[in-house]
Amino acid sequence: MIRRIFITPALLLLLAIPAFAQEDADCLSCHEDKSLEGRRGGKKISVYVNANTHAGSVHGSNGCVSCHAGLAGKQFPHEEDVAPVDCGGCHSAEQAEESKSLHGQAAARGDRLAPRCNDCHGTHNILPKSDRNSAISPLKIPFLCGKCHQEGSPVQRQRVIHQDNILENFSESIHGEGLLRKGLIVAPNCASCHTGHSILPHTNPASSIARKNIASTCAKCHAEIETVHRKVIKGELWEKEQHVLPACVDCHQPHKVRKVYYTQGMADRDCLTCHERPDLKSSRDGRPLFVRAQELGVSRHQKISCSQCHSDVNASNVRPCDAITKKVDCSSCHAEVGQQFTVSLHGKLVTNNDPNGPACKECHGQHGVKGKLDPSSPTFPTNVPLLCARCHREGQKAAVRYTGIEHQIIELYTESIHGKGLMKSGLTVTAMCSNCHTPHSVLPRSDSLSSVNPRNLPKTCGKCHHGIEEQFQKSIHSKLVSKSGKDLPVCDDCHTAHKIRRADSQGFKLEIMQQCGRCHEKIAETYFDTYHGKVSQLGYTKTAKCYDCHGAHDILPVADPRSHLSHDNVVGTCQKCHEGASRRFAGYLTHATHHDPEKYPFLFWTFWGMTSLLIGTFLLGGVHTLLWLPRAFQYRRLLKAKHLEEKNGAQPPGAADDEPGSAGGPKDGQDG
Amino acid sequence: MNPGVRAARKTDRMDNRNDSAQKDSSGGSAPAPSPSPSPSTPTATEAGSSYFPAEESSPAGERQFLRFSRLNRALHIFLIISFLTLALTGLTLKFSYTGWAVLLSHLLGGFESAGSLHRFAAVIMFAVFFIHVIDVLRMKKRDGRTWKSMIFSPDSMMFNGKDLSDFIGSVKWFVGRGPRPRFGRWTYWEKFDYFAVFWGVAVIGSTGLMLWFPELFTNFMPGSLLNVATIIHSDEALLAVGFIFTVHFFNTHLRPEKFPMDIVIFTGRMDVDEFALDKPAEYEELVKSGRLESRLVEPYQPIVTRAVKAFGWTALTIGFSVVLWIIYAMLFAYR
Repeated sequence: MIRRIFITPALLLLLAIPAFAQEDADCLSCHEDKSLEGRRGGKKISVYVNANTHAGSVHGSNGCVSCHAGLAGKQFPHEEDVAPVDCGGCHSAEQAEESKSLHGQAAARGDRLAPRCNDCHGTHNILPKSDRNSAISPLKIPFLCGKCHQEGSPVQRQRVIHQDNILENFSESIHGEGLLRKGLIVAPNCASCHTGHSILPHTNPASSIARKNIASTCAKCHAEIETVHRKVIKGELWEKEQHVLPACVDCHQPHKVRKVYYTQGMADRDCLTCHERPDLKSSRDGRPLFVRAQELGVSRHQKISCSQCHSDVNASNVRPCDAITKKVDCSSCHAEVGQQFTVSLHGKLVTNNDPNGPACKECHGQHGVKGKLDPSSPTFPTNVPLLCARCHREGQKAAVRYTGIEHQIIELYTESIHGKGLMKSGLTVTAMCSNCHTPHSVLPRSDSLSSVNPRNLPKTCGKCHHGIEEQFQKSIHSKLVSKSGKDLPVCDDCHTAHKIRRADSQGFKLEIMQQCGRCHEKIAETYFDTYHGKVSQLGYTKTAKCYDCHGAHDILPVADPRSHLSHDNVVGTCQKCHEGASRRFAGYLTHATHHDPEKYPFLFWTFWGMTSLLIGTFLLGGVHTLLWLPRAFQYRRLLKAKHLEEKNGAQPPGAADDEPGSAGGPKDGQDG
Repeated sequence: MNPGVRAARKTDRMDNRNDSAQKDSSGGSAPAPSPSPSPSTPTATEAGSSYFPAEESSPAGERQFLRFSRLNRALHIFLIISFLTLALTGLTLKFSYTGWAVLLSHLLGGFESAGSLHRFAAVIMFAVFFIHVIDVLRMKKRDGRTWKSMIFSPDSMMFNGKDLSDFIGSVKWFVGRGPRPRFGRWTYWEKFDYFAVFWGVAVIGSTGLMLWFPELFTNFMPGSLLNVATIIHSDEALLAVGFIFTVHFFNTHLRPEKFPMDIVIFTGRMDVDEFALDKPAEYEELVKSGRLESRLVEPYQPIVTRAVKAFGWTALTIGFSVVLWIIYAMLFAYR
């Protein structure tokens, strides 16, 4: 069918050739057929030509063969795979530029993504760029270029393009806004900077965006730029000394030329004319608006101008700050951090306008913001505990809201090994608040995303204690090893969260046994029945404690051959303290109890044997004593009476003769 | 003649040869102060218990019966010291779950120091034990006696028929069915205490050695025997401590006629009339055989008596405190 349609007009054309010179009408006789198809490179394409469109185009007065020169004088129907139109025949200057440009070079290489004249300008419908409908009218150029240079397009993905989000950035820039939103056709579009045909990489000295050419390119519009940049440099120097001076794009990144940069240079000084007055107050709520210029000058943001943060300012207002309606949004630059902060507990409070919610400035300060490496910064490691303490100290706003079990955290931390390392020894690498809780993703322990959630804690502590984490993750307490459904201990269960002590300190060593006993109740109890346990109960650590035998982080079940207490290792473990320990020595029951007749019958019966002996002896002695007692009292009274009588009776004879008589006296009394 | 008396007499003779000779010749007249006592103080015999006994009112001139040899007295003092040390240091471990034990352990300089004291005291007690055994052997040799005659003499420490009848007599006396038995040299409870030490040293000492040298003993014994030894050592010690600090204390010191304490074990001396009342059988035997006089010695100076009492009080106080602690630990803190 198609074939027939194609052939019929072709035959007609064929018949017409000898009769007429070539007229556009001749061409159109076939090409006006909307369904007409031809082939190029084996692919079917529509070869329909809208005569009206062509007539209205800049080439309306040019005949078909003036462009399709190759078809001049050809018989109808002409062959397929017609040679591309060569615009350079008329537009030789543009052609020359284009052939040197990136696009032209790519086309010469046969890059299938390379644009040809018609990709930008169209074919039969070419309009002058002053025509609003033209594909190359200023308002349409961003979209035209964007066809290939927008994110996700094959060009952007497959070719080396050094910029990204070009179209988006441009449309948000001051240039894009002027052009696209305000419809200012004098606002620069892609071609204003990149030129229409001589598009070259910025590394090419001939490029309009080459470093030495940038100034003149920008100055095409920004002719009086030096008046704006008076603070920086005399504008003319840009063109003379490009190699030493910053180029426009150093500050105004290409495509991202945001309007905030527009005010750079003039802004700070202008702002300070009011804001350096110490008594300046907000007319709205009376808060001080004084800005200490020196503070700003030594801050991390010393090179950032006022308007970059206070981005609502509008330079066209008499008072640019009149336009300010929003608070400073740090995330416009610190996007990633801002993202983290938004989902954090602090961020949620701020989002909910909670008065207690700490915004960026609560920790980082405002105009005097400093980097965390600056010792005078509140976020410098040694200052962080005090920074967090402002809210988290007992009685302060965060501590008051807090309902968990961690209290006195600042005091405990200060006394902890971490706190001492940081604040007494001044070791800035010591763990402080934000090392464990993260600076911006602070979340409660119960949140599964929290860095201090039991699931994530080993990893958090392992950031510094990596070797321990490795051991721990292989131990029976690790979730990776234990298949137990029970709650498994993580770092803070033994070491606590904030009052972490040195593991070789007395207090820690004694406490750790209570910690093990929280889960291993029975076995801890029986430990305290043995010598080791009793000594440790007295408060001494120089005796075997849980971890001395079982291991600390590398604890494994006794049945595991790698365990310190496995058959092969147990003697060596005993020998750590008992040098002469033998295999039999290791048979000592370190968790023996005499209260378990099932497990330790011999101990049970020994104990009760001894106890029976004890009870029996005491019964005998006790009953004997109790029976004796009344009689003994009686006897004492008798003795006393006797003695008194004796003394009174014996006195007259005198001391010398007294003894034998008195000695005999009681005997007689007793006899009688 | 019974060996105890003989030994005592012999020692005494050797120690106080001059004194004895003097005494024998001059009788009771020798001490100068004796004629001057005021007759109005019937409690003069108890003067030793008051802080400032008037020298002149003291019956220093009255000669006393010598009951214990110097060696035996010394041994008993060392026994007390070692026993108290062992008890205090050992019980800290046994009752380690009480605050008292923790306090005491710290007072003793920590568990290691307490352990050293415990072992040192054990060595002393072993020494006391063996010196006594050697003393017995020496007495036997000196007197040329056979084991049989030694063991079955009426002054022997060994239990005999009289002890059984004394015991039955005592029970009868307790319930008002008869007179106080006429005890001899050693009462049955004294013999019981004596053999309790033998038993205790054997049982506690042997198990203690096992615990002292566990590596050595486990060369030929299973390790779990150390657990058994621990129980035996600890419970037998509890028995010993409990028995000494209650029953023994009562029988010798607290029973009303001796209250608050009987210092004869330290001085070796007791008033003759008291002796005659306490051990009538022995007294009569001595009177009958005419050997009583040879056993009478000068009493110690009051300062000695006071020192001895201070020591006695200390020991008693420690003992009673330990008993209270044990009761507290067993009843209120047991686990």
